[in-house]
Amino acid sequence: MTFLDYAPAPESTSILDLRQEYGLFIGGEWRPGGGTSFASVSPSTERQIATFASADEGDVDAAVAAARTAYRQTWGPMSGRDRGKYLFRIARILQERARELAVAESLDNGKPIKETRDADIPLVAQWFFHCAGWADKLDWVGLGADPQPHGVAAQVIPWNFPLLMLSWKVAPALAAGNTVVLKPAETTPLTAMLFAEICEQAGLPAGVVNLITGAGETGAALVRHPDVDKVAFTGSTAVGREIAKALAGTEKKLTLELGGKGANIVFDDAPLDQAIEGIVNGIFFNQGQVCCAGSRLLVQESIHDAVMDRLKERMSTLRLGDPLDKNTDVGAINSTEQLERITRLVDAGIAEGGEAWSPACELPKEGYWFAPTVVTGVEASSTIAREEIFGPVLSVLTFRTPDEAIAKANNTPYGLSAGIWSDKGSRVLAVADKLRAGVVWTNTFNKFDPASPFGGYKESGYGREGGRQGMQAYLKGGN
Amino acid sequence: MATAKTATTTASRAAAKPSTRLDVPKTYKLFIGGAFPRSESGRVTEVTDARGRFVANVAKASRKDAREAVRAARKAQPGWAGATAYNRGQVLYRVAEVLEGRKAQFVDELQKTEGLTAARAAKQVEAAIDLWVWHAGWTDKIAQIGGNANPVAGPYFNLSVPEPTGVVAIVAPQAQSLLGLTSVVAPALVTGNTVVVVPGGAGLSAISLGEVLATSDLPGGVVNILPGDAAELAPWLAGHADVNALDLTGAGELDWVELEQLAADTLKRVIRPVAGPAPETPQRILALTETKTVWHTKSRL
Repeated sequence: MTFLDYAPAPESTSILDLRQEYGLFIGGEWRPGGGTSFASVSPSTERQIATFASADEGDVDAAVAAARTAYRQTWGPMSGRDRGKYLFRIARILQERARELAVAESLDNGKPIKETRDADIPLVAQWFFHCAGWADKLDWVGLGADPQPHGVAAQVIPWNFPLLMLSWKVAPALAAGNTVVLKPAETTPLTAMLFAEICEQAGLPAGVVNLITGAGETGAALVRHPDVDKVAFTGSTAVGREIAKALAGTEKKLTLELGGKGANIVFDDAPLDQAIEGIVNGIFFNQGQVCCAGSRLLVQESIHDAVMDRLKERMSTLRLGDPLDKNTDVGAINSTEQLERITRLVDAGIAEGGEAWSPACELPKEGYWFAPTVVTGVEASSTIAREEIFGPVLSVLTFRTPDEAIAKANNTPYGLSAGIWSDKGSRVLAVADKLRAGVVWTNTFNKFDPASPFGGYKESGYGREGGRQGMQAYLKGGN
Repeated sequence: MATAKTATTTASRAAAKPSTRLDVPKTYKLFIGGAFPRSESGRVTEVTDARGRFVANVAKASRKDAREAVRAARKAQPGWAGATAYNRGQVLYRVAEVLEGRKAQFVDELQKTEGLTAARAAKQVEAAIDLWVWHAGWTDKIAQIGGNANPVAGPYFNLSVPEPTGVVAIVAPQAQSLLGLTSVVAPALVTGNTVVVVPGGAGLSAISLGEVLATSDLPGGVVNILPGDAAELAPWLAGHADVNALDLTGAGELDWVELEQLAADTLKRVIRPVAGPAPETPQRILALTETKTVWHTKSRL
């Protein structure tokens, strides 16, 4: 197999106008943090992008107080129509600055520019546009007439889709009439800081959106703050458990979007060309650092060899490298910690009898990289069939009957996503019925939309983001 | 006609003479997997009426009974969830029918154990019957309230539907034990959850309700009733890895914060305590569901 060599086609970073250091965005003002500042590096080069303030407990207190004041004085009393107009403004500015945001996101996260340009950032703008329209229609979210916001929402988000996760949190919260304090992940704070500038450009009243940077302790202090009414967290199941425990017995409302170990089920009558693309998209999109990744391939035994041959051929054409290059398919792993975790779990999978395969691909010398990998001969009890790897690693299992496929797919404490590939509509519907997963993609994978509720069963968390159900999470009461 | 006449004659004779017939009292046991076993622990709770007179020895459930009950509930869950909504509705309506026919028994039990007048007891039983009817009517409508088609920006048929969360462990309200029990069990059943419940009160009407459920075509294991000490049983249920949701509606008097913390270990959905019976709202039914969203690809023509 040969293919044409591509000339480098890097997206220019000249569109960026970054500061050397960023403070905390509290009450509409930039201020230094009480903790020790930290740097964010580009995962593909290990070069420092900027330094960011670290919020200590006093800063968390100030941010929550600013959000409370804005809730009482401006955002709470404001009409839904005006709140919506602010959100529409933000959506438009996000579209205007889309290229800049895509470049910043790729630089800070390590994901390919084609993903930030074509998926992350367009979805961010769409999320604000969608939620903007809800702000003056809350009587119809399904809670009865005149539902009320909770008040101050504390939101903690992960590093895999930094600005997209911000939009999933901030847009519905503001549309419902809450004010927010959001903490972006420690390794990807950059686009949240650009979002603060966008709030300024939109003329959003001070204190409605407060953005505080810092590590895990900052997040822990934020969700535990006594004047917070609503907590929304996306991240690991382990941290989700801690938060649920900390909030037990309080009045706080909680939604959690946690880990997953999604099954991607390929039946023998599947449209194979599309299925191969779907498998690749399911596990190599964003280097597999996706909570709903299709990380367990369940392939019908009769087509196992054919699927593996075609998958390996397709994987050989994936281009790994500079995230800012428009031809790049697989970018950098977000951090050295994550790279270590992926390596450790894959080593465990091989030690337990799995057979790992990666295409010949040269990893850049600088940065954090992991070649796309498929592991065959995996047992349902194997570590890599059970634990979330959060990397470009596909575990392959086989099945003979639909019942076996369903049993294996559901054999996990998680329940976030699943995929079904088959040309038989009635079978697709029957299997989808029995999968215990919050999102099921049939003959597609990793599709997201603000009108479509997203969230998990079981230990993948609770609550939904997106659509009417997503709005309900930020409202209470109703007559 | 002849039978009816004989019955009337017998009744009038009974009224005329003091009865010499010895009562046959009921043994109140647990309700697990459609059967009525004693507690494996061999324990009972002595129940007396307001004046201290002996009423019954009610089986007192143990941790092992709770474990058996969860196993039965898990086994029954796919079948109950897989039944048609129309079928589930008819079963729940049948519960109301059978309960109506046994009204006198429940009135008697509530008078003895809750110290109610006959009129107050009847009012509670009737409210419970009506609540079963209300929930029976929701089974084939709740998906239209809780679900929707989603207009996504792409060639997909995208649908969200509420599905049962799975096995629900419940601490039922102490006061108004029959109505309170109905108010927490019925909403869980509407969408296809199965239930393990620690009833409030003395447990008499709860076990009699179990008899009603067992004769209403409700499959065995869909509802499991564990009379006993909620403070003793609830921690095992809260920490059980095969329980999906914990309904603490009636746990206000317990250390429910600890129960919620235990539930966090397996990220159970938790409903916090309220005063009195659970509210009669569709939101209460939807609180024990998971929204499943399915994206179906549309082909290019």
